[in-house]
Amino acid sequence: MRIRKSPVLTILFWMLLAYFMLPLVWLLVNSTKSNEELFTTFGLAFPNTFAFFDNVAQLATYQDGIFFRWFGNTILYAVVGAGGAALIAAMGGYALAKFDFFGKRGVVASILGATAVPGTALAVPTYMLFTQWGLINTEAAVILPALASPFGLFLMMVYAQDAVPESMIEAARIDGAREWRIFFTIAFRLMVPGFVTVLLFQLVATWNNYFLPLIVLNESDKFPLTVGLSLWNKLANAGGVSVVQPLYPLVITGSLLAVLPLIVAFIFLQRYWQSGIAAGGVKQ
Amino acid sequence: MTAPTALVDVAASTRRRRPSAKLRASRIAYAFLLPFIVVFTLTIVVPLGYALVISFFKKQLIGGTVFVGIDNYVRALGDTLLHDGVLRVLLFFVVQVPIMLLIAVLAALAIDSGRLAGSRIVRIGLFLPYAVPAVVAALMWGYIFGGRFGLAGQVFGFFGVPAPDFLGPGLMLGSVGNIVTWSFVGYNMLIFYAALRSIPEEVYEAAAIDGAGEFRKAWSIKLPALRPALTLALIFSVIGSLQLFNEPSILQALRPSVITTNYTPNLYAYSLSFMGGQTNYAAAIAVLLGGLTVVIAYVVQLGVARRDRFV
Repeated sequence: MRIRKSPVLTILFWMLLAYFMLPLVWLLVNSTKSNEELFTTFGLAFPNTFAFFDNVAQLATYQDGIFFRWFGNTILYAVVGAGGAALIAAMGGYALAKFDFFGKRGVVASILGATAVPGTALAVPTYMLFTQWGLINTEAAVILPALASPFGLFLMMVYAQDAVPESMIEAARIDGAREWRIFFTIAFRLMVPGFVTVLLFQLVATWNNYFLPLIVLNESDKFPLTVGLSLWNKLANAGGVSVVQPLYPLVITGSLLAVLPLIVAFIFLQRYWQSGIAAGGVKQ
Repeated sequence: MTAPTALVDVAASTRRRRPSAKLRASRIAYAFLLPFIVVFTLTIVVPLGYALVISFFKKQLIGGTVFVGIDNYVRALGDTLLHDGVLRVLLFFVVQVPIMLLIAVLAALAIDSGRLAGSRIVRIGLFLPYAVPAVVAALMWGYIFGGRFGLAGQVFGFFGVPAPDFLGPGLMLGSVGNIVTWSFVGYNMLIFYAALRSIPEEVYEAAAIDGAGEFRKAWSIKLPALRPALTLALIFSVIGSLQLFNEPSILQALRPSVITTNYTPNLYAYSLSFMGGQTNYAAAIAVLLGGLTVVIAYVVQLGVARRDRFV
């Protein structure tokens, strides 16, 4: 049976979609403008002179190209943080799903409780502890908190329950395989789709993180993109300060470059985030 | 003679072996869980405990850090600057969250109904903002709403009308709400959509036999099926609203006179500890805020669960 499309519904939601795309289109259009045309042309009209590559070139040279240093930092934090978090969650989720052990209920309860702990409530005490531990202004200060993902662990537990058959683990044990080997050669392979989902969501969380790096880093060469762009935005808006380099085009073009990788990743990895949301949202 | 003995032996040995098998399983399981337990302890448990401990102390000019009992909490309860922020995020929660969830539910229902042309593109498009950092989202919308080269102002100017001051004291909270809604509608929509997809086809067939129309189906089948997902979304939204920081922090650079240092409780705690040197008091605020979040999340869950009982 084919359902007839509703024109009213379609127009309504395509208008909503247009509103949602508006800021991204605006960002794309304005990344092609020089500082002058940013102020003189209409927001959604392309400029007379196409300045996108000029803006990128300025990003590469302004303050010795610190923008691309921030870009590299973000990649480092996101890849190590998200990769580590997903692996740690996969190992823990496998243990929770496939072993009957002492204290299991307590572990599960405290992890579920921790998903309700607001991350930002931890920021101030984390800062103070990291000061004592000598971690302030190190890569570890950003990466370490990114490694703990209670939600990721929960998702991997739910995933492993269905994806890894007990009989397969038993058969491997009878063949004399060691537990680590069983996990890495059998269980983990079956858990890969769930692993990629957690990886993707942690990648977004780490890539977009702002509050934590803002407080645990105080030298600009360690900044991720979010903190760096926010700093430039502050400078651009600080009236009265005569900045030789107009910063608005850099903030706008930099923002575009900062969002592109994740948008591309999301479009190409649709299967994974959709199944992840289904598992996390429905099977609670 | 031999067979019964063997049976008894097996039974006895399994009974004896069971605790040791569980012991062995525990050793392996904890080995797998160890990395998680380490990072979990270092970055969640210890900071939480630490916040609790230091919230009972105070740094003084004379005598260094001293134990002051619940002084910081008493101070917080009487701190009008904090009250301002808390009331603001509560107002934000009461207005922004229903709007966001309503749009998300309607979008999920529209996509699920099959009557929306190009629903795949709508679904991906509405979700994409989730991948955009809050910092960039606030920058884009802030520039669009701002006075320097703002698109909103240009559009209003085109019609010869002066644009309302979107970043002024009256509309700022609404502008923040717009940014947060933009960022999270798609994520919530996908949670709801997944819940709708999990409704078995037979339920719809039975409803069709009973002569139920589209609206009746949406009201009696789809909305009840959304309740667990809605509870989850509400709880995440409570956490998100009360912890509001990124968006106002970015917009503060655009309009410092409107986004004051106590605009949200989190901004207040941040400025207290990083600009005011009052870390102990800030820790007390963080603890109170965390407690309030848990309480509201719990109440939300109770409310929804109670309604579920009528179904």
